[in-house]
Amino acid sequence: MNRQLRRVGTIVLLMFVALFCSSTIIQVFSVDQLNKDPRNVRTLDDSYSAQRGSILDADGNVLAKSTPSNDEFKYQRVYTNPELYADVTGYFTFNQANPGIEGALNDYLSGSANDQFLSNLSTIFTGKTVQGASVELTIDPKVQQAAWDALGNNTGAVVAIDPKTGAILAMVSKPSYDPNTLSVHSTSKFFAAYNALLKSPSKPLTNRATAGDLYHPGSVFKLVVASAALDSGKATADTAFQNPAALQLPLSNSFIHNSTGQPCGPGATATVATAIRLSCNIPIAQLGASIGEGTISEYASRFGFGKPFALADGNFDVTPSIYPTGQDAPHLMLSAFGQSDDRVTPLQIALDSAAIANGGVEMQPTLIKKIIEPDLSELKNLNPKVYGRPISAATAAAVRDMMISSVAAGAASNARIVGVQVAGKTGTAQNGVHDPYTLWFTGFAPANDPQVVVAVVVENGGGRGQDAVGNQIAAPIGKAVIEAVLNK
Amino acid sequence: MPVTSSTKPVPVQTSPVTASPRTSLTNTIRVRLRVPARLRNLELVLLLIACGIVAFAIVLVQLGALGHVDSTIVTISAGLAVLVLAMHLVMRVVAPQADPLILPIITLLNGIGIAEIYRIDIAFGASGWNSAGIRQIVWTGMAIIIAIAVLILIRNHRVLQRYRYIAMFTGVVLLLLPMLPGIGRTINGARVWIGIGPFSFQPGELAKVALAIFFAGYLVTARDSLSMVGRKVLGMRFPRARDLGPILVVFAASMIVLIFQRDLGTSLLYFGLFLVMLYVATGRASWIVLGLGLFAIGAYIVYKALPYVAGRVHTWLDAFSNVNYNATGGSYQIVQGIFGLAHGGILGTGLGLGAPQKTPLANSDFIFSSIGEELGLIGIFAVLALYLLFVSRGLRIGFTGQDDFGRLLGVGLAFVIALQVFIVIGGVTRVIPLTGLTTPFLAAGGSSLVANWIIAALLLRLSDAVRSAPPVVMPQ
Repeated sequence: MNRQLRRVGTIVLLMFVALFCSSTIIQVFSVDQLNKDPRNVRTLDDSYSAQRGSILDADGNVLAKSTPSNDEFKYQRVYTNPELYADVTGYFTFNQANPGIEGALNDYLSGSANDQFLSNLSTIFTGKTVQGASVELTIDPKVQQAAWDALGNNTGAVVAIDPKTGAILAMVSKPSYDPNTLSVHSTSKFFAAYNALLKSPSKPLTNRATAGDLYHPGSVFKLVVASAALDSGKATADTAFQNPAALQLPLSNSFIHNSTGQPCGPGATATVATAIRLSCNIPIAQLGASIGEGTISEYASRFGFGKPFALADGNFDVTPSIYPTGQDAPHLMLSAFGQSDDRVTPLQIALDSAAIANGGVEMQPTLIKKIIEPDLSELKNLNPKVYGRPISAATAAAVRDMMISSVAAGAASNARIVGVQVAGKTGTAQNGVHDPYTLWFTGFAPANDPQVVVAVVVENGGGRGQDAVGNQIAAPIGKAVIEAVLNK
Repeated sequence: MPVTSSTKPVPVQTSPVTASPRTSLTNTIRVRLRVPARLRNLELVLLLIACGIVAFAIVLVQLGALGHVDSTIVTISAGLAVLVLAMHLVMRVVAPQADPLILPIITLLNGIGIAEIYRIDIAFGASGWNSAGIRQIVWTGMAIIIAIAVLILIRNHRVLQRYRYIAMFTGVVLLLLPMLPGIGRTINGARVWIGIGPFSFQPGELAKVALAIFFAGYLVTARDSLSMVGRKVLGMRFPRARDLGPILVVFAASMIVLIFQRDLGTSLLYFGLFLVMLYVATGRASWIVLGLGLFAIGAYIVYKALPYVAGRVHTWLDAFSNVNYNATGGSYQIVQGIFGLAHGGILGTGLGLGAPQKTPLANSDFIFSSIGEELGLIGIFAVLALYLLFVSRGLRIGFTGQDDFGRLLGVGLAFVIALQVFIVIGGVTRVIPLTGLTTPFLAAGGSSLVANWIIAALLLRLSDAVRSAPPVVMPQ
C-alpha cells in the first residue's frame, strides 16, 4: 500500500504546488495589470482615499492639494487659483475620467506608481498611510498670468514653450472653469456641475490649446510650407512667383486674394521671403502647387502633424493636427496658406515655431519638471528630449529671418518689442463665408537666442467678426507673453 | 496484500507493551503518563499559540475596520478557546497518543476564518444573529462538541468498518436529501441544501464522512476480489458484477448530484475521493486510467448537455472578457475575487483595511480571496501550508497505521480535505473552473464545519490508534 500512498502524496503535493503557483501569479506577477483594469473598483477607491500628492508650478507654488476632510474619502482636493490653471491641472473625481495632470499622472499622485513601491513598502511597517508623490510642472506662474491677462475676455488659447527644452511655460484656454466645483465627493453634485459646464455654448471644459475643435491655421501654416520648400531644395527664399492682385484657381471659377486685396509688394513677381514677410496668399499658393502636396505633407508630418504628443510622461495627449492629402489642384493651393482642410492645435503651431527657433531641432513638449516623493527626494526628473529634426539648421535660419522681417517690417508689426529682435508670423483664418475669422500669432524672441516660443489663437475674430486680423488682436497677446518671459 | 510496515521504524513507546504480562500493566501506565504527556503538552503549547494568533487577528480586524476594540466578539471567541481546551483535556484521557498538530492547525484555520468573516460583517454592518461571524462562532462551538463526542463515543475505529453499508446508505441518503420536495432548497443555483424553518444545512458535507467510511470498509474487504477475481479484457481485469454493485451505487449517486443538484464541486469531490481510495486499496493504476477516462467522457457529455457547466468553463477560460464579465452568472464574481487578491499583493492590505466585501460571497465561497486581500500572499501561503500540514498528518496515518481499514480511512479523510481545498481554491485562482464548495474550516457555513471537525476527530482517533497499538500484522 505504501507505493500507492507515496503516489497519492505526490499528487496532493502537486495540487498544492498548483495553488501556490496560481496565487503567486495573481498576487505578484499580474498585480499591475489587474490593478490597472478599469473595472477594478478597489484601485479607484484607493486612489481616492490616499493622501494625494500636490501639483506645483515651476516656482514651487501649490496649484492643487489634498486637505483632510471628514467623510469616508478622508481628503478633499483643493485648487488654489482654480480657473487660471484649470486646463493644466484638470480636476479630480471619484469615479469619472479625470482630465489634465490629475488624470495623466494619477499613478504618481495617488502613490500607486511602480516607482513608488519601495517607499510604500515602508508605510506597511511604519503604519503611515500611503502618500502620493507631488508633481512639479514647467508652468511659470508669471508667464501663465501674463497669458491669462493678455487674452482678456477673448475666447482662445495661448501656449508658451521654451524651444531649447520643450518645457511648456504657459498654457491658457479661455473661457475656463473652476475645478473645485467638479472635485466633489458626491457623484450627483459632480454631474450637476459637469452637465452645466458641458451645456455652456462657450465650451469651458475644452482645453483649446491641445484638444479643442481644431482650428484652420491660416497664414501661420505658411511657415511649414516655406520650411518644406527650402529644406527640400525645391525653392529658395528668393524664388519668385507671379504677383497679381487676384489669382484664379485652376479648374475653378474662384479667385484668391492677398489679405490686403493688393499685389504682394511692388513688382511683377514676389519672392517667398516677401510673401512670408507680408503674409501674401497668392505667391504661397503657387509655391505650394510647385512643391506638391507630398512634400508639404511630409514636412508637416516631420513637425508633428498627424501624431499625438503626450505632454506628461506618456499621458496628457494632444489631438493630432491635420494636413489633408489627396487634394485636387485648387485645394492644394488653398491648403498651402492654411485653408482647405488644414486643422491644427495651438500647441502644434507653437512646436513649428519652436523647431525653427531651435535651429531645426524640435524638443519633446512637456508639462512635467519633476516628480517629488513625500520625503522630498526626486522620484523622476524629466530631462529634455529631442522629438525630431524636421528641418536643417540652414532652413531654420532662413525661415527665422523671414519671421524677423515680418515683425520688423511686415504683417506682424504689433509684436515688436523695443530693444529685442522678435521673430513672428500672424494668421487670419477664414472659416466660412460669413463666419468670424480665427486670429493667430506665433513667434519667438530674442530671435538669435530664443527664450520663449508662443502661439496664440483667438476665436470669433476677437469679437470683431471679419473686421480684425491676427496682427491687431493676436500679435499683442503674443508680445505680452514674450515680454513676461524676457522681463523676468 | 500483507501489511508489514516495513518502511517505518517500530514506534518507540510500544516496546514496554510487548514485555512480559506481569510488567505490562505498570509499564502501560508509565507510558500513558510519560509519552502522551509529551505529545499533549506540545499540543497545548501549540493550541495556546493558535488561540493567541486568532485573538490578535480579531483585535486587528477591529482596529482596522472599526478603529476601536470591541470586547464582545473577543469574549464570545474566548468561549471557543475554552471548548477547544476542553477537547484537548478530553483527548488527554480518551486519545492520549493522538497527533499533536491536528487540533492546533484546525483551531488556527477556523479562528482565522472567524476573524475574516467577522471583518466582512463589519463592512456590511451586520450584527446579532444576522452576522455570519456570530453564527460561525456558534456553529464552531457545536462542531467542537460533536468532535468531542466522536472522540468519546468511538474508542476503536475498527467498529466503523462493521457499519460500512450503513455508512453507504447514510451517505447516499444525505446526498440525495436535498432533492426531496418540501425540505430541499436551491441556493445560488445549486440544490444542495435542506431547510427546516430558518435553519438550513448542506447534508452533502456530512455525506463525505459517511462515504469515506464506506469506501474504506468496503474496499478493505472487497479489494482482493476486485483486483484478483474477474474476467480479463484487453489485458485489464474487470471485477465481477456483485463486487462492482456498491461502487456503481455511489457513482450513480454522484452523477445524480451533478445533473439534478447542479453541483459540480461535490460530484467532483466524491469521484476523486472514490478513485484515489480505490487506487490505494487495489494498487491498480489501470483503474485510475479507466476512471479518469470515464470522467473525461462524462465531463464532455455534461459540458455539451448542461449549459451551466459550459458557462462555468467559458467564464473560467476567458474570465476577463467583457461578455463573460457582464453575463448573468458570468465571471464578475471570480474577477472581483482576483482583483481582491491583486489588491492584497504580497503583503496584504492588513486585516480590516482591505475591501473584501466587494466580492460577492466574500465570507463563504470566496473567503480565500478575502484572506488573500487582507493578509497577502504571505497569509495565503501560511493558510495553504496549514492545509498541507493537516493533510500530511492524515497521510501519515496511512503510512504508519497498523490496520488496513484505518490506513485507508485516514488516507481517504486526508485526501478529501486536500481535494476540497484544491477544488475551491483552484476555482478561485482559476486553476480549474469555479465550483461551489466550501473552503474547509475557513468558510462560513455550519454543515461544512461540523463535517470537517468530525473528520479531524476521526483522524485524531486514528492517529491515537497508530501510536498505542502494538505492531501486529493484521490478517486481512
